Amino acid sequence: MSDLSGSSRTDIKSQSSMFKTSLALRHFRGRVFYGVCLAGSLVGILLLIVLMNDIRQDGFEYFSRHFFTNYPSRKPEIAGFRGAIMGTLWVMTIVAATAFPIGVGAALYLEEYAKKNRLTSLIQTNISNLAGVPSIVFGILGLQLFVRGTIGYGPAICIGESCGFGRSVMSGALTLTLLILPVVIVASQEAIKSVPPSIREASYGVGATRWQTVSSHVLPQAMPGIMTGMILALSRAIGETAPIIMIGALTFVAFSPETPLDPFTAMPIQVLNWVSRPQAEFHDLAATGIVVLLITLLTMNTLAVVLRIKLGRESAR
Amino acid sequence: MLRDSIILYLVVFFMLSMAACGSSSDSSVSNLSGAIAIDGSSTVYPVTEAVAEEFQIANPDTRVTVGVSGTGGGFTKFCVSDTDISGASRPIKDNERELCAENGVEFIELRVGLDGLAVVKNKDNNYLNDLSMDQLAKVWGPASEDSVMKWSQVDSSFPAEDIDLYGPGTDSGTFDFFTEEVNGEGGASRGDYTPSEDDNVLVTGIAGNEHSMGYFGYAYYAENMDTLGIIKVNGVTPSNETVSNGSYALSRPLYIYVSINSLQKKEQVLEFVRYYLSDEGIAMVIEVGYSNVPVDELEASRRTVEESVQ
Repeated sequence: MSDLSGSSRTDIKSQSSMFKTSLALRHFRGRVFYGVCLAGSLVGILLLIVLMNDIRQDGFEYFSRHFFTNYPSRKPEIAGFRGAIMGTLWVMTIVAATAFPIGVGAALYLEEYAKKNRLTSLIQTNISNLAGVPSIVFGILGLQLFVRGTIGYGPAICIGESCGFGRSVMSGALTLTLLILPVVIVASQEAIKSVPPSIREASYGVGATRWQTVSSHVLPQAMPGIMTGMILALSRAIGETAPIIMIGALTFVAFSPETPLDPFTAMPIQVLNWVSRPQAEFHDLAATGIVVLLITLLTMNTLAVVLRIKLGRESAR
Repeated sequence: MLRDSIILYLVVFFMLSMAACGSSSDSSVSNLSGAIAIDGSSTVYPVTEAVAEEFQIANPDTRVTVGVSGTGGGFTKFCVSDTDISGASRPIKDNERELCAENGVEFIELRVGLDGLAVVKNKDNNYLNDLSMDQLAKVWGPASEDSVMKWSQVDSSFPAEDIDLYGPGTDSGTFDFFTEEVNGEGGASRGDYTPSEDDNVLVTGIAGNEHSMGYFGYAYYAENMDTLGIIKVNGVTPSNETVSNGSYALSRPLYIYVSINSLQKKEQVLEFVRYYLSDEGIAMVIEVGYSNVPVDELEASRRTVEESVQ
């Protein structure tokens, strides 16, 4: 026994002598890595604080009731954001209503129904590629497809005198829908993939059809993830300027759209217009516009978190 | 319960949008109604916007929309009857005229104002006071790239300091006009200057270097007189008077083009143009920082409008 313990002790001794010198260094490396990670996350937060502070300084001078009730004006003290807010609300409502069914439908098809063959993987690759296409390209596509109602060949789709949807809320919304669809599809697919196969098997095991399995088990389980992806995609769409300028969103609109075929302006366009004016007062107005845009964005993101928690809890029950 | 919360989410979304919709359709002051679609130059935009704002207040049932597609972009829409009125910071080109003719769009051309281009320097600069067009061409000409680098090369009385230039980007109508007038060919310019589409960036740049120079619309100079100085061109300082009577070399015309078809068929367009050319409407040109056209030309424009609807 004593022999054995003696030999094992020397073993340990010789082993620990191999590592002894590096122990402090390893701890040091661990601390450095911790520091790098912390710095990484602080950069993001610091940037946000600097941005918020910068905007706060000029942004609240014009933050008043009439900023929300007035239309644009050449006089900064009475200029308001209402046309832009209403335009953005209209557009985003239609984007949400079209992108959700199409995006989730495509994701369900690809994950649950499609055979895993070359065609499917080709479609899959192209959806991922589309997510990386610059937004201005979608603007050009939207101009052709929705504003003019043509596919590039053959005659335009016309009802009477008017072809396509013209430069309307509808054209803007459908263009933005195309823009965010790849993101919605990929996010929904990830959410659907994360539903354990055992749940599907159990469902089939008790005799459920594929439709029953998908509608009452897979989709509810995947919903928190889908909603998160959806709202993050909408947050991207709300700040897009290039594609809707391309399809002809206007700059001076002193009324709110009443139907989807009315002309419109949007928050980022109004901000851009104010920033590019010579008078400093308009720059402050632009800052106020950015504050409103940021608040809208943060509200949407908060909604995403709340929905995720709430839906997550429900499907766990 | 899951379905309920999705429905709840959608309902809330719609209610939010509808709540903000609460339309305020008061009893109208005038019975004029209908849409007026305007697009075109960003230079003419401030005037049109001001006129549209007042017109919309007086005629709440009309719907005036103004876009900013640039002079060329505006004509592409105007000549296919997408818009009723197009703003332009240069006369219509032959190919645009042909496009309008192909689509049967007849129009009248109305000059509503003039915009002086300001050639500016840093406030602290004391030698750049008056430049001739030839000197400007020497500074900005395409041949000067990489060769004229010091102010002393432009005029022997100037110090041997590095030239630092700021100007609008090549997409801008201001760039086209300046190069045409100064260098004799639209688009011909030296490339080694700091370009920006945002004139406020140019202001900041010039304010930061004593030996810098740049050009942009007069309104930007007027807003930044505390940091910038103006350079006379051929001995003339830009002012409302010198720009109006054409004695300042770098003044460009601001036009609106109006479709005759719209004037005849849409009462609201006719009323809008009448208001634009009225004393009250045309005063907006001064208010936003441009210069008036002479009174007799304005009278002639008013007659042109009335004749085109008879």
